[in-house]
Amino acid sequence: MEENNRVTHPRIVVIGGSAGSLRTILEILPNLEPKLQAAIIIVLHRHHVYDSTLTDLLAIKTTLPVKEAEEKEDIQPGTIYIAPSDYHLLVESDYSLSLDYSEKVNYSRPSIDVTLSSAAPVCGARMAALLLSGGNNDGTDGLDEVQSFGGTIAVQDPIDAEVDYMPKHALQTLQVPFVLKNHEMADFINRFAAEDLV
Amino acid sequence: MLRTHYISEDEVSMLLNDVLELYGYDFTDYAHASINRRVNYLFKKDRFTSFAEFRFRVKNDKNYVTRFVEEITVNVTEMFRDPFFYTALQKQVLPVLATYPFIRIWHAGCSTGEEVYSLAIMLQEANMLHKAKIYATDINNTVLDKARKGIFPLAHMQQYSRNYIQMGGTQDFSQYYTANYEYAKFSETLSKQIVFAAHNLVTDHSFNEFQLIVCRNVLIYFNKTLQDKILHLFDDSLETFGFLALGSKETLNFTSISHKFRQLENRQKIWRKTIV
Repeated sequence: MEENNRVTHPRIVVIGGSAGSLRTILEILPNLEPKLQAAIIIVLHRHHVYDSTLTDLLAIKTTLPVKEAEEKEDIQPGTIYIAPSDYHLLVESDYSLSLDYSEKVNYSRPSIDVTLSSAAPVCGARMAALLLSGGNNDGTDGLDEVQSFGGTIAVQDPIDAEVDYMPKHALQTLQVPFVLKNHEMADFINRFAAEDLV
Repeated sequence: MLRTHYISEDEVSMLLNDVLELYGYDFTDYAHASINRRVNYLFKKDRFTSFAEFRFRVKNDKNYVTRFVEEITVNVTEMFRDPFFYTALQKQVLPVLATYPFIRIWHAGCSTGEEVYSLAIMLQEANMLHKAKIYATDINNTVLDKARKGIFPLAHMQQYSRNYIQMGGTQDFSQYYTANYEYAKFSETLSKQIVFAAHNLVTDHSFNEFQLIVCRNVLIYFNKTLQDKILHLFDDSLETFGFLALGSKETLNFTSISHKFRQLENRQKIWRKTIV
């Protein structure tokens, strides 16, 4: 299975953030490898109306293609997908993306936990998750699942987070091997994508 | 540990096969990630301790399967959801429907009915409700009962009223319901023209020909094969020049019926059937 995935499916990095995380994401993007092989999924809590502007805003910062995730599209390497506002984003076992309009989780839709826990059993060790600034508990349970399925987890150093509640909550609950300063995040993603992360 | 995976994808498929064989509800072509999540959530909620126990209950307790269907289908909805979708219906679709002597509308997967009542309000304001029949269907009888009653939490009315105003509504929204304790009961003038009935999109056939079919945020839960099958059912159930309205993230593009439909010129997901 792992061998099979290696051939056909890209590695996946999920970045989850809430209040105060947008600035960090804007800092990460310009430093990503232009030929990044991993797919990136960004799950950001935000208000419904800022939908299309977010994609445009992020696209300015990178040469990698940035798009809002579409219903049932296949995950492509080197592409940055953004969870649409007001929908949960799930990873299917055939590495396609699907949307879900069920109850909010942690008062959030999209919820970081929902995306992480759907991706965890599908991607196993071939995924990494990075949790950024935010003011609620979303993300911790998802990181737990990613780790239990063999994935790599990382959290923004609370000192660097505009709102430190979310990363702190994860650090208090879980053993997190990578606590990253903002300037270390792009490197973390580049190395994970290149299967070069210790 | 706060895991959400109590049972594996294989075990979920086993369960879905049981439900199909014993009760005729076919969830086997639902999108896996979503249905896995729902089944695992139910497992946790009902405090099962093993997959065997869960499966035994599903196989041997006929009443439990009602709960199973209720819980694993998603029933989150709101009135005038995506207000600009309703603006488009009002400005581009209703004027066409107004030219018909009698209007037949199918709202498929109506859940607890909030969007059906929204449509009825729009029709009433356009003075078309009296000559319309809305068939509101869902797989789930429990949500249909709620829809039939037209009673929704009063706490939601502020949001619904905001949506209504954003859609372009000019009336006083509160005239459509009477508030009682924690609930708002919508006027029977609205529900008089609505027929609520159980219909399973996966297994049941077409039952009429319509000028408008509304099916929002239902197809996202199905895999591509099933999406295609249901789109054919809609195509078969729609008159030429009839309208098909989907959820904001759903599309007819790249489907096998897309050549028969033309998307209306706005940013909403409304198509018009142009070829028989």
